[in-house]
Amino acid sequence: MIRLKKNIAVSDTGFVFDPSTGESFTVNETGMKIIGYLKEGKSSEEITSLITQEYNIDPLSFEKYSQDFMDMLKQYDMLEYEKEV
Amino acid sequence: MEKKPFERPLIKRLNAGMPSKFGMHTHIEALTEIDGLKVEDLVAEHGSPLYVLSERILRKTYRDAYNVFSTRYPRVQFAWSYKTNYLDAVCNVFHQEGAWAEVVSGFEYEKAVRNGVPGSRIIFNGPDKQEEDLKLAIQNGSLIHIDHFDELYLLLELAEKGTGKPKVAIRINMDTGIYPQWDRFGFNYENGEAWEALNRILLSEKMELVGLHTHIGTYILTADAYRIAASKLAILATGIERKYGKVIRYIDIGGGFASKNTLKGAYIPGTDAAPSFEEYADAVSSALIKSDIKPENLPLLVLETGRALVDDAGFLLGTVLANKRLADGRRATIADIGVNLLFTSFWYQHEVLPAQEVSQHTEDTTLYGPLCMNIDVIRDAIDFPLLKKGDHIVIKRIGAYNMTQWLQFITYRPRVVMIDESGKVHVIREREDLEHLIRLERIPAHLKSDDARKK
Ligand SMILES: Cc1ncc(COP(=O)(O)O)c(C=O)c1O
Repeated sequence: MIRLKKNIAVSDTGFVFDPSTGESFTVNETGMKIIGYLKEGKSSEEITSLITQEYNIDPLSFEKYSQDFMDMLKQYDMLEYEKEV
Repeated sequence: MEKKPFERPLIKRLNAGMPSKFGMHTHIEALTEIDGLKVEDLVAEHGSPLYVLSERILRKTYRDAYNVFSTRYPRVQFAWSYKTNYLDAVCNVFHQEGAWAEVVSGFEYEKAVRNGVPGSRIIFNGPDKQEEDLKLAIQNGSLIHIDHFDELYLLLELAEKGTGKPKVAIRINMDTGIYPQWDRFGFNYENGEAWEALNRILLSEKMELVGLHTHIGTYILTADAYRIAASKLAILATGIERKYGKVIRYIDIGGGFASKNTLKGAYIPGTDAAPSFEEYADAVSSALIKSDIKPENLPLLVLETGRALVDDAGFLLGTVLANKRLADGRRATIADIGVNLLFTSFWYQHEVLPAQEVSQHTEDTTLYGPLCMNIDVIRDAIDFPLLKKGDHIVIKRIGAYNMTQWLQFITYRPRVVMIDESGKVHVIREREDLEHLIRLERIPAHLKSDDARKK
């Protein structure tokens, strides 16, 4: 399962800090939500269901945008893969 | 409970205030309405892409320009430069406001006549006037601006054959400090060629010399170039009066005023870089008034302003087709507006705005058109909000040259609408259709579909 790296710091004003590289990032509201859910260890199905309940977006369209977002997190090296127990 | 509007998720690296080629981040305002009409509604009714012209802005810009010049110089006449935008509705707005027509081809000439412009108020410019065009222009008493000696001699020949006495001016090219100097057109001032042409005309007595013309270039950012141009034309005018006792009726300073668009690679946005009408008008009028032309002989000042009169009134509406990530992680957005519909994107960094409210979050984006070609780039680096498929965009200041230089390619050219001053929308050019496009095609008999199938 995909997880956000443990050391990534997230402020509730939309800033993300990666202590291993010293780099800072901004996220928008939906990005913030997804990162929060990832930190809580939610699965992608759970995230889709939570976001589509709160926002005006259908699951299929959301999947497209969240995939792109996950690709960016990967590119910024913020994700790790946890083995299923 | 009402669900919240969804913005696609974004994460963006912070670069400690370093301006990148995308520029410093500025908050992007959505442009949701044009003259009080919702962009959404315009696109829903007329399709996407869609060209929109504001009659209100057209008239306001014209009146502003006219007032600025006519409060500084006693006699001012604009001539609408057809090539900039020759949709009849646009031309007729300017003609109603009092503008003459400035044309550069037989086709444009025919259009001006069809629009009801009297022959004597049509200025005929350019190097490509056919013999038939010239005959018509002579008969109609139009103002023929001679571009080269071949044309001058053709006019002499026509005059001798009894077509009539042509009313002429010569186009003059000169050094005004502008690079590149447009020396392809007209007769040169500095090397005496202009005088040679003038002598030939005045000594022949077969033509009536009525004016002097120059067009020093386009998107000229220094008003001073116009001071130099007007001074040089005034020196010629006084010389002509001294030598031939002939009073020049008008001085035509051409077009070339910059619009508020930003040139590619420019550091200062066009809204700051472009001189105002006031600056251009000060330069031209003071040069003429301070010249040695006698006050009672001050010529009519003719202006062929194109882009500065029409750019602001034009908007191009479009729709986001897709979002992509390029291999290096950069965002690419594909819209339904290709460079074939926005020819000016080759030299302008057009302002592209979302047509719906957006958050302050933006991404470094490359904005592509839908043509299957690498050159189809509307903006190669724009700090852009997070639009989704189906969202609409508005490209500002596209009124000049795009509706004349557009290319039909892979699909139909879209509708053009004009919003009148009361907010009513008029279709001023229909969307093309198959019928329109194949009307001029001819299929050789052996290639007709039945025969073709037999082989
Ligand atoms: C002779 C002449 N007059 C006027 C114009 C209009 O110029 P602009 O749109 O730069 O004002 C042009 C454009 O090339 C031109 O060639």
